[in-house]
Amino acid sequence: METLANLGDGFAIAITWQNLLLALLGCFLGTIMGALPGLGPSNGVAILIPLAFTLGLGATPSLILLTSVYYGAMYGGRISSILLGIPGDEPAMMTVLDGHPMARKGLAGEALSLSGVASFVGAFFATCGLIFLAPQLVKVALLFGPAEYFALFALAFMTLGGVSSTNQAKSAFAAALGLGLATIGVDTQTGVPRFTFGEVHLYDGLDFLVAIVGLFALSEVFIFLETRHGGSDAEGSKMKIGRLYPPLSMLKQCTPTMLRTSFLGFLAGVLPGAGASLGSFISYSMEKRLVDKEGTFGTGDPRGVAAPEAGNNAAAGGALVPMLALGVPGSGTTAVLLAVLLALNITPGPLLFTQNPDVVWGLIAALFIANFMLLAMNIPMVGLFTRVLMIPSRILMPIVAMVSFVGIYGISGSTFDLLVMIGFGVMGWGLRKLDVPLVPIILGTLLGNAMENNLRRAVTIDNGNWLTLIDSPLAITLWVIAIIGFILPLIVGARVKARMHARRDEEGSISD
Amino acid sequence: MSDRIFGVVGVLLSIGYIFAALAIEESFLSDAVGPKAFPLIIAGILGISSLVIALRPDPEPHWPSLARLVEIAAAVVVLILYAELLPVLGFVIATAFAAGYLAWRLGSSALEAVLTGIGTSVGIYVIFHLVLGLSLARGPFGF
Repeated sequence: METLANLGDGFAIAITWQNLLLALLGCFLGTIMGALPGLGPSNGVAILIPLAFTLGLGATPSLILLTSVYYGAMYGGRISSILLGIPGDEPAMMTVLDGHPMARKGLAGEALSLSGVASFVGAFFATCGLIFLAPQLVKVALLFGPAEYFALFALAFMTLGGVSSTNQAKSAFAAALGLGLATIGVDTQTGVPRFTFGEVHLYDGLDFLVAIVGLFALSEVFIFLETRHGGSDAEGSKMKIGRLYPPLSMLKQCTPTMLRTSFLGFLAGVLPGAGASLGSFISYSMEKRLVDKEGTFGTGDPRGVAAPEAGNNAAAGGALVPMLALGVPGSGTTAVLLAVLLALNITPGPLLFTQNPDVVWGLIAALFIANFMLLAMNIPMVGLFTRVLMIPSRILMPIVAMVSFVGIYGISGSTFDLLVMIGFGVMGWGLRKLDVPLVPIILGTLLGNAMENNLRRAVTIDNGNWLTLIDSPLAITLWVIAIIGFILPLIVGARVKARMHARRDEEGSISD
Repeated sequence: MSDRIFGVVGVLLSIGYIFAALAIEESFLSDAVGPKAFPLIIAGILGISSLVIALRPDPEPHWPSLARLVEIAAAVVVLILYAELLPVLGFVIATAFAAGYLAWRLGSSALEAVLTGIGTSVGIYVIFHLVLGLSLARGPFGF
């Protein structure tokens, strides 16, 4: 009951002209960013953060704008998957398998609208799940002391590589690099400068927004320059969309699939180290095993379109649970959203629910509203977004680069920050080439100070006894999960990743 | 080979990081842990993971040809110049040049690049400065 009352208050906050407009804008921009290959949810949110920040938006409006972008990108990824056979972002990879064959059979409109409905079901289910699960998790989190928090942070880093990670050494390297970058600046506890080399600009530490925009957005520009991929992916392959609503029989056929995969995707999103890509992958695999009796999956089966879309949108919502309730994100985009909270001086975690209930519930209510907006945008108006796919990247990428610069310059007005951002862009390009994941670096720069403070607080409270870190059952449990999460990919990681990619090639060769 | 070099660079980085951490001057008012312990732990993880990367390298990544590398280096130089000249030239002029350059290098024709540059710069100026009120760098002409 209390939850419903809170949600009611949330709607009262979300339904103002400003917030509704921001949600609409976010959904629109998000869908575009998701649809364009090369711009995904994390890039999209990363570019817009500094802007939301410099425009002086408050905490709730900024979060509404940026999570709408997040949800929108999850919807948008499917558009290029279906029409072009190129995933618009990583989670939409599985949608290619059945979506593109459907489009080739002349069912592009049906595939787009059906996947729109599936996205809606997944996201709606996940937002409901968020409402009920997050407060429960908060109750557990309130039992956490500094030692448990330290263990929780360690867990987040050790599982971030994900089950599909093939090289845990590179994930660990990335996490350590991020944490190391976070230690630059004046030590918060004793006031001594660390790793500043006398550079005054570094006393405040590196601004994590600068790191995020450089690593995510600018490195993408370099990748495009490297491959000189300046054209539009849609050039020369015009698809007729046809009818804009799915036939009722198709919806009926897919309903059980959508419900099952929403649940599965939500779970995948909540669990650390999984995220939306894995959510859509297991959703597709499970449905194939369950209902694919005639072997139609991979040849344009509507259920094969509904499954990954419901799965990845549900996972996107599920990933918000640990981010809001514990302050520890489990995926790339939620890590970027965490940066928004930190930049606004809001500490996520259990106290967020008691100290800033307006932010949490306003955000949740806005997610419901955004979801309906997205449904409306993605079914009748989908033709608008397919036209966006025609913009060639030789025009798009300069715009992305310049907007990144504007955002960062707007925050600080300093050339030094711009240079640091370029540095991060080059670093991001190199690390991507070497297959080093970027998300742990971001998470490290975000959580480094909190992690260190918890460590020092825990040990100081216990008079310098380091064993206090593994003193409580809760802390030991967290460490055990962390260690399992780190070791598991070493055993199964290569297999899962190989299957995620092999399946695609295999199906691709069949449908061609 | 790339991973071996990368691993060695990582090990060197962690050694440098350890030296820099040991050089931190401790304040007389310190907690039980002090400002050095956490960086040293991180340096340990950095060093070990780099060592593993060097000893068990992944298959060689696909590196671009020298011409493409020069292309990226040139773009970096242009962006650095952009950052340095932004306060001198002002937002609109500097951005038009930088965006035009990137568009040109991504394969636009000369005319298209000029139009993209001017369009991006004026577009951002109108939306972000005139409509949304964001302060951008002011040049000699006030824009």
